[in-house]
Amino acid sequence: MKYVDEFRDPEVIRRTAEEIRRFADPGRQYRIMEVCGGHTHAIYRFGLQDLLPANLELIHGPGCPVCVLPMGRIDDGLAVAGQPDVIFAAFGDMMRVPGTRGSPLEHKSRGMDVRVVYSPADALRLAQRNPDKQVLFFAIGFETTAPSTALTLMEARRLKVPNFTVFCNHVTIIPAIRAILDSPDMRLDAFIGPGHVSTVIGCRPYEWIAENEGKPIVISGFEPLDLLQSTLMLLRQLQRGEAKVENQYRRVVPWDGNRAALRAMAEVFELRPYFEWRGMGFISQSALRIRDAYADWDAEKRFSVPAVRVTDPKAAQCGEVLKGVLKPAQCKLFGRECTPEHPIGALMVSSEGSCAAYYNYEHRKAGVVAGSA
Amino acid sequence: MDPLQPKIQFRDPQIEMAHGAGGKASRRLIEGLFAPILFGSRARYLSDAATVEFDGSPVAIATDSFVVKPLRFPGGSIGELAVNGTVNDLAVSGARAEALVVTYVLEAGLETATLEAEVRAMAQAAGRAGVRIVGGDTKVVEHGKADQMYLTTCGIGRPLPGVTLGPDVVRAGDRIILSGPIGDHGITILLARGELELEADLRSDTRSVLPLVEAMTAAAAPGIRWMRDPTRGGVATALNELARDCRLAIHLSEEDVPVNDAVRGACELLGLDPLHIANEGQFLVVVDPGGADAAVDALRRASGGAEARIIGEVRDQPAGAVLASTRYGGSRIVDMLVGDPLPRIC
Repeated sequence: MKYVDEFRDPEVIRRTAEEIRRFADPGRQYRIMEVCGGHTHAIYRFGLQDLLPANLELIHGPGCPVCVLPMGRIDDGLAVAGQPDVIFAAFGDMMRVPGTRGSPLEHKSRGMDVRVVYSPADALRLAQRNPDKQVLFFAIGFETTAPSTALTLMEARRLKVPNFTVFCNHVTIIPAIRAILDSPDMRLDAFIGPGHVSTVIGCRPYEWIAENEGKPIVISGFEPLDLLQSTLMLLRQLQRGEAKVENQYRRVVPWDGNRAALRAMAEVFELRPYFEWRGMGFISQSALRIRDAYADWDAEKRFSVPAVRVTDPKAAQCGEVLKGVLKPAQCKLFGRECTPEHPIGALMVSSEGSCAAYYNYEHRKAGVVAGSA
Repeated sequence: MDPLQPKIQFRDPQIEMAHGAGGKASRRLIEGLFAPILFGSRARYLSDAATVEFDGSPVAIATDSFVVKPLRFPGGSIGELAVNGTVNDLAVSGARAEALVVTYVLEAGLETATLEAEVRAMAQAAGRAGVRIVGGDTKVVEHGKADQMYLTTCGIGRPLPGVTLGPDVVRAGDRIILSGPIGDHGITILLARGELELEADLRSDTRSVLPLVEAMTAAAAPGIRWMRDPTRGGVATALNELARDCRLAIHLSEEDVPVNDAVRGACELLGLDPLHIANEGQFLVVVDPGGADAAVDALRRASGGAEARIIGEVRDQPAGAVLASTRYGGSRIVDMLVGDPLPRIC
């Protein structure tokens, strides 16, 4: 498969891993955060940590939109969808994410009309094909998916589709990185920057991380070779005492981003003054809401939304894991009360969350947990 | 405690879709509720097939239900699945299917032509698999209370000579064999539902695996320890059940697992793992190290077995887990699927 196989060539990967091991200074500890959930997933799926030296630790960041979504938002979306003749449409990622009274899939098995869609445009088509139903698209994601929601809303307005609304949970990546860097217990050396998000926003928005915070950042692709190359580029910067933004994922990410996508986002969305991130609390100007010009297609404006707030149990240490202060298995709940089947904290929710990825791919390597099934 | 009222460990307040998806939740339901009440302490390894003795002669018995949507899809249909599914359950329990009975649960309003097509598909599949359909039952439920048609088949079979199977005879060092490429059926169904607006040149792999099982057992019977058809939940789930039941570790070599390009592409796009995708015409075998090459050779010589290969081996540690070594020298845990595979987008 083109664009996949050449980045999974075992020989090149072995050589790159070797170079990283040679290059890493055995006298120091490296703590590198990959911001994006897709990277976290790839690192576990390809077993990349096994290829890295023991003094290089990958910390899994906040870039999993499902994980950082507060449970109250899911309850709100499902409450609207619980009214008669409503179809709840969302990406597959959302389907198993629990609300207070169960996940969208569990609501489906109790009779709610829940559909998996592959893009917001599919949800709009669903509305056009079901004129007697109201279709609610539960939008999630960073700048990766926000442009397609924006274009879909523009299309809905152009076609005056009356039975389509979006429940908008889009968030933006930069404020989350800032919140992590501002945290007093932060101890990171460098960042692997998000790949898909950067196809939209480009590389410039990360410049302050290098210039003001003195942390190197390399925008990376998602294949094993991409991630290893990015790690090597970061090590080189750290070794030379540099801090700059580099783009490893040049085959996809333009330095200035995708202007058409950014224009569509600016047309449809505006920043919320603040938004709650699960595991991180309220972060100002970190999320998008739909502009008034599109109010007719905004589920939060068209329907009464209960605005539920659900706090995570105190014992869940998601924030510490997110910031790299704790490893997933060091959380008191990990693997006991909190498992992918019954997630309590944010990071156990999606397979891209660091706890779920760690649980699924890593923690039993040493030996199985008795009786777990 | 009243022996007629055994305790159950199943604590879920209601049945969810995941309890039928073949993964962890299914297992919790079976082990926590069905087994203690129905089998009591007799239950050891739970499966959809079993062997019972009549006057000293062993008879294998198996059952399976089919609720697939859409009814027809590239490469097969519900009727064909219903025959092959039970024939295969018997085959991987080490038996040749002899006779099936079938139950039709039909939704009022179902077109006769649709029913006729599936009955014909069953007759043809039974002919190909060399099994007789000897009886059946029909129920009709109100419109809206079922999705067109559900089928249940139950089959009896005669054990194949010289085959003794079970997780308890699996040993460290045994090899894991897979009969052919995985994921064709599950991805075909996912695409045939038409919700993803993706197309691929793919067909379900539904078929009777009995000829392959017979060819292999004829060549390597004493060394064959365990077989399973990796249907819902895929290869990952079947091997996790084995790892748990035999208290050993399964080590897979990821690059040796055959996956067709179309399945690989769809899985990459949708964020799915081929090891979790359902199959209807493949099976997994555990063979002792001495018999492994003979078993693979026999499979490859048989029609439809050209891509059979060794994909891993049984080891002592980490007991109860399935590990895949990646092509790059890393490794990862391969867990059971929780619920149905769902595409990941964001």
